[in-house]
Amino acid sequence: MVEFLYGIEVVINGLMAGVMYSLVALGFVLIFKASGIFNYAQGVMALFAAMTLVGVQEGQVPFAHLINSVFGTQYHHFGWHINAFVAIAVAALVMLLFAYLVERYILKHLVNQEPIILFMATIGLAYFMEGFGDLMWGSNIKTLDVGIPQGGNFWIEEKTAFLGGEDFYGFYLDTLDIYATVIAIILVSTLVLFSQYTKTGRALRAVADDHQAALSVGISLRRIWVIVWSIAGIVALVAGIMWGSKSGVQFSLSLIALKALPVLMLGGFTSIPGAIIGGLLIGIGEKLFEFMIGAPFLGGATENWFAYMLALVFLVFRPQGLFGEKIIERV
Amino acid sequence: MLYRESGDFKVSYPADQQTFPIRFDRLAFWITLAVAFFVVPFFINDYWANAVLIPFLIYGVAAIGLNILTGYCGQVSLGSGGFMAVGAYTCYKMMTAFPDLNLAFCILAGGVTTAIVGIMFGLPSLRIKGFYLAVVTLAAQFFLVWMFNKVPWFYNYSASGMITSPERTMFGHAISGANATPAATYLFCLTFLVLLGFLGRNLTRGSVGRKWMAIRDMDIAAEIIGVNPLMAKITAFGVSSFYVGVAGAMIFSVYLGAVEVTEAFGIQKSFLLLFMIIIGGLGSIFGSLVGAAFMVMMPVLLKNIMVNSFGWATDIAAHFEFIIIGGLIVFFLIVEPHGLAQLWRIIKEKMRLWPFPH
Repeated sequence: MVEFLYGIEVVINGLMAGVMYSLVALGFVLIFKASGIFNYAQGVMALFAAMTLVGVQEGQVPFAHLINSVFGTQYHHFGWHINAFVAIAVAALVMLLFAYLVERYILKHLVNQEPIILFMATIGLAYFMEGFGDLMWGSNIKTLDVGIPQGGNFWIEEKTAFLGGEDFYGFYLDTLDIYATVIAIILVSTLVLFSQYTKTGRALRAVADDHQAALSVGISLRRIWVIVWSIAGIVALVAGIMWGSKSGVQFSLSLIALKALPVLMLGGFTSIPGAIIGGLLIGIGEKLFEFMIGAPFLGGATENWFAYMLALVFLVFRPQGLFGEKIIERV
Repeated sequence: MLYRESGDFKVSYPADQQTFPIRFDRLAFWITLAVAFFVVPFFINDYWANAVLIPFLIYGVAAIGLNILTGYCGQVSLGSGGFMAVGAYTCYKMMTAFPDLNLAFCILAGGVTTAIVGIMFGLPSLRIKGFYLAVVTLAAQFFLVWMFNKVPWFYNYSASGMITSPERTMFGHAISGANATPAATYLFCLTFLVLLGFLGRNLTRGSVGRKWMAIRDMDIAAEIIGVNPLMAKITAFGVSSFYVGVAGAMIFSVYLGAVEVTEAFGIQKSFLLLFMIIIGGLGSIFGSLVGAAFMVMMPVLLKNIMVNSFGWATDIAAHFEFIIIGGLIVFFLIVEPHGLAQLWRIIKEKMRLWPFPH
């Protein structure tokens, strides 16, 4: 009985982890739908957004290290601490500017290229941003605190303790994960409402359906791309805040992008609900696998590869993912 | 001497189909080889060997391998790091299990095992295509690295989890281990690169290579005109993994000597190889070598300029390296998607017409 309850706890925690994966995956789907670009840089965007947020909040001098090296000065801090909301707004503005620059200097020149070329371009972009972000804000691990409470949630733990008798102390859930879930739900519903009921949202869907047809009815492709990358930047900021509060702002943050890839494979690249469900499936799957098989029999740390293997096996049977559109091949 | 085809009469079909139809190219090729084999070993020192030449030769082999899969057959792989690890660990097991066996055989065994593993992970490529496949190859990357970390048999139950290369000799000279001289290891790696480069060049010119390219350009059309996609993709995965495995075995045994799998064969290695072939040129053996040289030399050069000349901190140089690599990749994809090899082709075209271009 206690075993079973712990199993449930693992499932719930898996769901929460899955929400975090979905947050990153969501950014991928948005860009993929609107421009057919598989944006590898999404994870680094989250990292960059979180770094900018911390930097602005703490009043760090951008490029301090470089400036000090070149001019022999000793600047480090402006000496202020900014309110979290203002800092988030500034970081959001930076992401908007980033979206504009990406469109202006990269995407514009790569129209009509093969998807794989675009994919590699985003890998290049990811490397560029990684170096740029480190140069701008320093590569040390930073703590991000925007006022979201963390740690185990005692209320839930107390209320559920009666379920399993003596040996069971109630479900352990991280408050931050609960917040992340709520925020993810709000974010997704906002996005769905936006794309269903606004003029720009309709234009977005039109572009996603058919670039040429959208162009021919007078929708500006470049404007739409800037908008989409801006939205993806905001989503990256949210994901960066969540992951950053959870485990600190550091390089490994950009690797969650890799984890989001199998999420997308399962869900299908073109479906927003798919991204959510894929994230949840992978979250639960890897936690359960680690709990039941990985830790007792295989020596643990199976979370590193489980998601990819699951995606591999799954794709062999259903190449377009759970909710993706059927792939039709023609000569 | 002018760079011309005219006046260079071919009297047999083999002469007509040779790799370098222009006399100037042939001469340049043989002179380069002669210098590499007979001059460089006498002037080589530890710094040049370890910082530039040996990594270039080894990554050259790996880049040719990945280029066969990605550039010629069109299957993007992000699992090269994991495949390198397979080569390295096979080589290690062979070296420790059969101490009398020649190092070259251990390395080749590493290549063969990697080819088998590569074919296994390549089988899904029949159903999974494009970047779906790229992501699936990540499964190979993470699973293999995890396996070499978790199964103690692979690292002979050593306490540190590292594998260390014992000393092996060839013709009386130490190739691996602490007593290896730079000249001996250099010649060893060079021989491998030349032989494998020769093999790769001729495979891609022959019917196998043409089948790969047909699959790359449009797989359904290729199937209709009679290319067996199963055989084409599997041979591409096999040959490519063989090269990558050989390179991994050499990185372990000859270059680094001691290896920890997550550090030496992590996902960064996969990306490094991918960048080499993008910058060098997809679908070109020469491009693979240029790309490898570029990616090996650039960090050394940047470090020399920024740290030694300007006196900046090393981490700033490291950040600039990322920025420059990223920027260059985007730049090449926009301006010259076929990489440095294409630039060389353009230069050759110009040289043919020089000094009277129309």
